[in-house]
Amino acid sequence: MKWFNKGFTGLVLLFLYIPMIVLAVASFNTGTSVSSFQGFTLEQYGELFRDGTLLPLLANSLIVAVLSSLCATVLGTAAAMGIHAMGQRSRRLVMTMTNIPMTNPEIVTGVSLALLFAFIGTLMKVNDILGFTTLLIAHITFNLPYVILSVTPKLSQMDPNLREAALDLGCTPFQAFYKVVIHEILPGIISGALMAFTMSLDDFVISYFVYGPRFVTLPVEIYNYTKKPLHPKIYALFTLLFLVILLVMVAMNLLQARDEKHKAAAKRALRGGRRSVQV
Amino acid sequence: MRRSTWLSGPYILWMAIFTIIPLGVVVWFAFTDGAGHFTLDNVLRLGDYLPIFLRSVWMALAAALICLVIGYPAAYYIAGRSPMAQRFLYMLIMLPMCMSFLLRTLAWVALLEDTGIINGFLEALGFTPLHLIRNDGAVILGMVYNYLPYMILPLYTVLLKIDPRLIEAAQDLGCTGAQVFQKVTLPLSVPGIVSGFTMVFVPAISTFYISQKLGSTSSILIGDVIESQFKGAYNFNLGAAMSLGLMVIVFVCTAVMHRFTGDEEVVTL
Repeated sequence: MKWFNKGFTGLVLLFLYIPMIVLAVASFNTGTSVSSFQGFTLEQYGELFRDGTLLPLLANSLIVAVLSSLCATVLGTAAAMGIHAMGQRSRRLVMTMTNIPMTNPEIVTGVSLALLFAFIGTLMKVNDILGFTTLLIAHITFNLPYVILSVTPKLSQMDPNLREAALDLGCTPFQAFYKVVIHEILPGIISGALMAFTMSLDDFVISYFVYGPRFVTLPVEIYNYTKKPLHPKIYALFTLLFLVILLVMVAMNLLQARDEKHKAAAKRALRGGRRSVQV
Repeated sequence: MRRSTWLSGPYILWMAIFTIIPLGVVVWFAFTDGAGHFTLDNVLRLGDYLPIFLRSVWMALAAALICLVIGYPAAYYIAGRSPMAQRFLYMLIMLPMCMSFLLRTLAWVALLEDTGIINGFLEALGFTPLHLIRNDGAVILGMVYNYLPYMILPLYTVLLKIDPRLIEAAQDLGCTGAQVFQKVTLPLSVPGIVSGFTMVFVPAISTFYISQKLGSTSSILIGDVIESQFKGAYNFNLGAAMSLGLMVIVFVCTAVMHRFTGDEEVVTL
């Protein structure tokens, strides 16, 4: 059974990675078709950096991802602290609202925002309201729940006495926040921000409904491209992005593993200490 | 700490303006015509699209079911590894989710095409090429491929939380391996099954890219129709009515699924 499970999981991983391998191989192809490999070349990588049509689009995606995840992190962390201080009933109400963008299909979120902007556009008599601002607003909106859902659990895990102690020792509420509270909830803030950043960077569906022709992000342009034949340099970009994300993930894993090892060692030391006292 | 509730004020205002009001605007568009007068035409026209709605529901259900069947053993295997191996496998499952799903779906086109990679292999081995793309099966394959991680990760989270002592107790009381699974592990993993199912079903039923690339012209889904109302036909009112219909379906389906589990047991990533 164990042997079967191992092989099966291997097959699942293979299934998940085959298309990515196909794209990586295509990035070294001299021909333009993904289906047939004609010869090895690094030309696509040179082309990617030389002609500069894709990199500005990637920069646009990065700008939106950084700004929206930053705004969502600040707004969301503040909100999480407010929600934490709320009574049961209003907390439940706010959390229901937080869950709306998470449970609604993306296309509905995209359409509803597009209609809102169209509505505002007719009120303000602006024809081309869609652009950078609408894109940023949409991204902040779908990023906020990720931040809140990863910060609120950290706040409930925190010992409330810590903040009380800081206040008793003469901290202003603001000092208590940046000297005590933020250290306790930082892992939640960071993972929320990272999640928001990745969601925003790779978002296509919602962006597709609220982008304007003056500010296009990479996923949207890939979609617009696919109506015509794709230029292979896009596979080169995909492969490079894959390597970057892989490196970031491995680094995060190693850091996390080291952290847990430290914690486990501390715990063991503590337990050992207690046992010797008992003896 | 009671006074700091004001901190969530800006957030509540933001969500009200950009989540609640837009849904109101969708309803408003769904019940008006191009000139802004009240009409039921858009909602009544949804009846014409009933076959498309039904096809979307069954394809998304099929995809979610296949994901469950494939994902459960994988999640079970991962949850039983050492912490280091678990972290590594978790990362491997998560990584594809960070890469462009548009390009990954295109890679499937290259694999499945009549002159594609799989058929190339088949021909080289002396088999006759198969017709693999532009049918419902290919669309379901695309859904399973894209959303499988959304099934595996919540299942893994739930399986990891099961107290191993419960399994030992069942074994001590004379359960066979299959009985342990049926009486202990499976019931305890229901919350993970429900949230995994929802997380596959919702994006699958509303997709339009996967069906455009892998499906035939006769296998269009609700998402395709909505997209074409906004990007091709420019009939915002009908598009809004269809979005409303989609929302209702998703709401009903998730409500039914959550009947199997308590409210507070919902698992997320």
